[in-house]
Amino acid sequence: MTDILFFVFAAVAAGGAFGVVLQKNPVGSLLFMVATLGSVAGIFVLFEAHFLAAIQVMVYAGAIMVLFLFVIMLLNLGHDYRRDLTRGLGMILAFGVTGLMAGLLARQFRGAEEGLSLAHVPGPEAMDALLAEKGAIGALAIPLFTDYMLAFELTGILLLVALVGAIAIAKRRA
Amino acid sequence: MDELSSTAFVISSMIKVTAAFTLMMAVVAYMTLAERRVSAFIQDRLGPNRVGKFGLLQPVADGIKNIVKEETMPATANRRFFLLAPMLAIFPAVVVFAVIPFAAPLPTPWGVVDMIIADIPVGMLYVLAFSSLGVYGMFLAGWASNNKYAFLGGLRSSSQMISYEVALGLSLVPVFMLAGNVTLTEIVWQQQQLGFWYVLPLSLAFIFFVISAFAETNRLPFDLPEAESELVTGYHTEYSSMKFSMFMIAEYAHILTVSALMATLFLGGWSVPFWSGDHMFWYDGVLISGFNAAGEAMAAEPAVWKTLLTFAAFGVKTLFFVGVFIWVRWTLPRFRYDQVMHLGWKVLLPVSIAYVALLGATILLLDQMGVTGFAFGAILTLVSGAATLAFIFFMDRGRVMEGASVASSPRGPRGAIVPDTRGVRELRDPVPAALQVREDKSGSGPTVTH
Repeated sequence: MTDILFFVFAAVAAGGAFGVVLQKNPVGSLLFMVATLGSVAGIFVLFEAHFLAAIQVMVYAGAIMVLFLFVIMLLNLGHDYRRDLTRGLGMILAFGVTGLMAGLLARQFRGAEEGLSLAHVPGPEAMDALLAEKGAIGALAIPLFTDYMLAFELTGILLLVALVGAIAIAKRRA
Repeated sequence: MDELSSTAFVISSMIKVTAAFTLMMAVVAYMTLAERRVSAFIQDRLGPNRVGKFGLLQPVADGIKNIVKEETMPATANRRFFLLAPMLAIFPAVVVFAVIPFAAPLPTPWGVVDMIIADIPVGMLYVLAFSSLGVYGMFLAGWASNNKYAFLGGLRSSSQMISYEVALGLSLVPVFMLAGNVTLTEIVWQQQQLGFWYVLPLSLAFIFFVISAFAETNRLPFDLPEAESELVTGYHTEYSSMKFSMFMIAEYAHILTVSALMATLFLGGWSVPFWSGDHMFWYDGVLISGFNAAGEAMAAEPAVWKTLLTFAAFGVKTLFFVGVFIWVRWTLPRFRYDQVMHLGWKVLLPVSIAYVALLGATILLLDQMGVTGFAFGAILTLVSGAATLAFIFFMDRGRVMEGASVASSPRGPRGAIVPDTRGVRELRDPVPAALQVREDKSGSGPTVTH
C-alpha cells in the first residue's frame, strides 16, 4: 500500500515538475507547482514526517505560491518572456543548472551504492525513538530552540531586514 | 479493550469516511434551508415553506434544480481553470473534517473504534495547511471567469484570507501552549482533565478565532469577495447550475468545519459537561479515563450509549456555532475593505502576539509555582478575562469599527468630551468651491432657488 502511494505521489511530483516547465500559461505552471509541492508533502507523510508535510503545504503551497499567484495575476504576465527563455543566456543557464543537478544526483547515488554518504544518517529506529520521546513537533522544535538558537535568530533578523528594506523601497516610490 | 487490527482499521475507516461525508453533505444541505428560514424570521418573512412540511424538502428541490439547469461557459473564460476552480474550492473545506474527533471511542467486537477519521499527530496543523489552500478556488474562479467583478472578488478573497490566516494561527497558539499538543483528540482530553473548556481560560483567543473564522469563511461582516451590492456576486458571478452550487456547498461546508473546530478547541469537543464518565484517551496503547491519586492510569469503559451521547453533545455545540454564523450574517452590516485590512493587520495581529506573550508568561509562572488543577484554570480564566475586558474596552473607543473616517476626523484630547459629529461630517465641511453653484448676475446660468 505504502509503495503504491509512494509511486503515485512520485509520479505526480515528477509530472507536475515537467508541467511547470512545459506549460505556456504562467497560471498553469503555478498550479502544476502546487501539485508538485503537495505530492512531495504526501511523500513526507509516507516517511512519517507529518510535521514537515503540514509545514510544506502551509508555507509553500499555502503562502508562497499564493504570493506568486498574486504577482502573476496582478502583473497580467503574458507570453513576452518566452523569447528570453528560449535563446542565449536563458538556454545556457537552463542546461548548466540541469547538468549541475544531474551531476550532484549521480554523485549521491554512487555514494549510496558504496554505502558512504548515508552511513552517518541514523536509521529509522533512531527516528522512531526520537519521535516517541519528543513527539512529531518536539523532535524538530527542541533542537531548533536550543542547539540552533543563534542560527534561528539570525535568520529571523535577516528576514526582518529584508521586510523593512522592501517597505522602505516601496515607500520611497510612493 | 484492544486497539484494532489493520484490516478492521481499514474497513472501519472506510465506513467512517462514507458516513461522515454523507452526514456532512446532508447537514450542509439543511444549513442552506436553515439560513433562509432564519433570515426570513429575522426580516419578518416566512421563507421557503412550500416544498414539504416547513419547507423541509427545499434542499432536495434546489439540488434537482441545480443539476438540470443549463451550464453556462463565458466565451472569454479560460475553460480549464474555470472548470477546476469549483473543485479546488470544495476540496479543502471538506477534507479538514478528517481530523476532528466527533464522539467518544466506540466499542465493537473487533476492538475500540476511534470516532475520528484520521488521528494524525499534527492534527491542527493539517487543518491550517488545508485551510490555506482554500484561496486557490476563489482566486482561480475570479481570474478564469475573465470578468472584472469576478476578478475583484477573487483578489479580495485572497488578500483577506492571507491576512486573517495570520490571526487565526496566532489565536491557536495559546490553545497549543495550554494543551501541550496539536492533535485535536489530545486537546479534547486536556480540556476534560483541566475541568475547564478552553473558552474560559483562553477567552481572548476564542474571540480572535471566531473573528478570523468569519473572515476565512468569507461570511458577513467579511463577505467582501461576494459583496453583491458592488461586485454582483464576486468571484462566482459567471458560474451557473451545479458549479455555482459547488461554491455554495464549499461555503457551507467551510462553516460547518469551522464550527466543529470552535466546538472542539474551545468548548470541549464531544465532551459532555459536568460528567467524567466520558473521559477517554489512548495512553500507551490503553484506553484510559484518567489518573487516580497515586498517578496510576484508570481504564476507561467505552459504551455504545456513551458514543451516541457524546456525538449528540458534539452536534449540539457545532450546530450552536452554525446558528451563530447565520445569526451574525443577518444582523451585522458589511465592513468597508480598508476596515477589514485594518482590523486584521493593525488590531488582531499585534494584540494576539501580546496575548500569546501574556499567556505564555502566566502558564510558565504557574508551572514554576506548581499550581495545577482547578486553581490553574481559574487563574488563567481571570488573566484572560482581564485581557478580554481590556481588549473590548480598547475596541469600543470608536477607533477600529469606525475605521478611516474617524482616523481622519479631528479628535479632541483623550478623555475630553468631543461632540459626536461623525454622522454630520458632510454638513460641517464647506462645500468644495468647484461644486458650488455660482450665482450668475446676468440671470442666464443656473440659479439657486430657496
